[in-house]
Amino acid sequence: MPFCKNIMQETHMSATSRTDSVTPEHGAPAGVPHLDVDPFSTEFFEEPHPIHEALREAGPVVWLDKWGVYGVARYAEVHAVLNDPMTFCSSRGVGLSDFAKEKAWRPQSIILEADPPAHTRTRAVLNQVLSATAMKPLRSHFTALAEAKTDELLARGSFDAIADLAEAYPLSVFPDALGLKQEGRENLLPYASLVFNAFGPPNQLRQEAIERSAPHQAYVAAQCQRENLAPGGFGACIHARADAGDITHEEAPLLVRSLLSAGLDTTVYGIGAAVYCLARFPDQLAKLRSDPTLARNAFEEAIRFESPVQTFFRTTTREVELSGHRIGEGEKVLMFLGAANRDPRRWENPDRYDITRRTSGHVGFGSGIHMCVGQLVARLEGEVMLAAIARKVGRIEISGPVKRRYNNTLRGLESLPITISPA
Amino acid sequence: MPSITFVHPDGRAQRVEASNGESAMQAATRQDVSGILAECGGNAMCATCHVYVDENWLARLPAIGDDEDALLDGAAAERQANSRLSCQIKLGAELDGLVLRLPERQT
Repeated sequence: MPFCKNIMQETHMSATSRTDSVTPEHGAPAGVPHLDVDPFSTEFFEEPHPIHEALREAGPVVWLDKWGVYGVARYAEVHAVLNDPMTFCSSRGVGLSDFAKEKAWRPQSIILEADPPAHTRTRAVLNQVLSATAMKPLRSHFTALAEAKTDELLARGSFDAIADLAEAYPLSVFPDALGLKQEGRENLLPYASLVFNAFGPPNQLRQEAIERSAPHQAYVAAQCQRENLAPGGFGACIHARADAGDITHEEAPLLVRSLLSAGLDTTVYGIGAAVYCLARFPDQLAKLRSDPTLARNAFEEAIRFESPVQTFFRTTTREVELSGHRIGEGEKVLMFLGAANRDPRRWENPDRYDITRRTSGHVGFGSGIHMCVGQLVARLEGEVMLAAIARKVGRIEISGPVKRRYNNTLRGLESLPITISPA
Repeated sequence: MPSITFVHPDGRAQRVEASNGESAMQAATRQDVSGILAECGGNAMCATCHVYVDENWLARLPAIGDDEDALLDGAAAERQANSRLSCQIKLGAELDGLVLRLPERQT
């Protein structure tokens, strides 16, 4: 791909030759390598890995000219920033927009965009609602639907693995687990897409998403209310915690909103990533078929390998030194989770999808106090879906043009035409 | 440097050299102890680094935290009185010789 080569050369050059110069319009700090790549561009979405490499190799801390922010792309620094939430805070927004300087596009999240001690209380509620104990009663139902979905797709033979599998399966289990009504569910994916686009800079993707957001926002706001949530679901459980006094009745709908924002599209992208991996690496599919108990790790490795959630920002609450670089107060720091998950300093053969790899420590779900609170739901969905494929599917072949979907935060496909045959 | 022993469900003992300040989970994953998954990477969110602490050592460990307590209820293998999450056991010289038994399953 000639395009990638050009980017590589260009970024390597900017990383090495411009280290000491200063770009006045964005105030690139002296001594910090700066790059003119745009991690929110179509070019980047199409082929991020050479640019990730350039970012990692430029230094432990870099400056991104395009948006005037710091960046970290190596595993050690990404992990360090994630695990120092009082210095690298979330309450000023985990996107480019600094809530200390501009109004958030929607009422601020009381868990994702909050710091301790406020965060500690709301987090405890979702930790309990989405705990390992809470997953146990869901497993058999999630498994049955994954098997039924696989049978249905085997009967069809050829289909789009994104719409018909990666989207269809989570849509068949998660909204019911949450307790949502049937009507209006078509708003769920557009709303999530909007939320993840909105973490990005004010580019076309973000602007258009926000311009079109009114009906989706109205739908979500209504579904967060207690009367719209079925008893026994995650949503009702959150409201019950307000009765218990752990959160207020005003906070409960906002915590339900977090599940509507982050609980569906992420698993769609995660399962999409896993199927795309198995379609591209038949030796790994063969390994999975010979031992279906590898399904859970095959999903986890797909999260590391593709990193469906690519980036998040933090904002510094004070002057801090990070790996030899001084960062002032009130600076945005962009964490490249996808680059950290393929950092050769941390991973052996990072560019290989290996379902037997020890994946513990990857930052695809984040790390520290904000680590994905729904990770157990995601793993359950991913595991049972891949286990069903492992037991029932013999071959997966890509049978048409693969199309990427563009989102400021999420990495995944728009279309993945595949043909499968039974085991 | 403390040295600890993991005992697999089949009785096989695996001795692991740990660094001071490292958790028992970190020592296990670094040296590839197969029965420790640690899916969440040590963030006390998944209960897949569950161990049974040898009775002789139980009293020497710091008290169980609320998060750990809640997580252990969701562990895949049966919770017992000596159940702990190995990510919450920080190793120092005082735990040199610690013996941890691995459960049948973590997921």
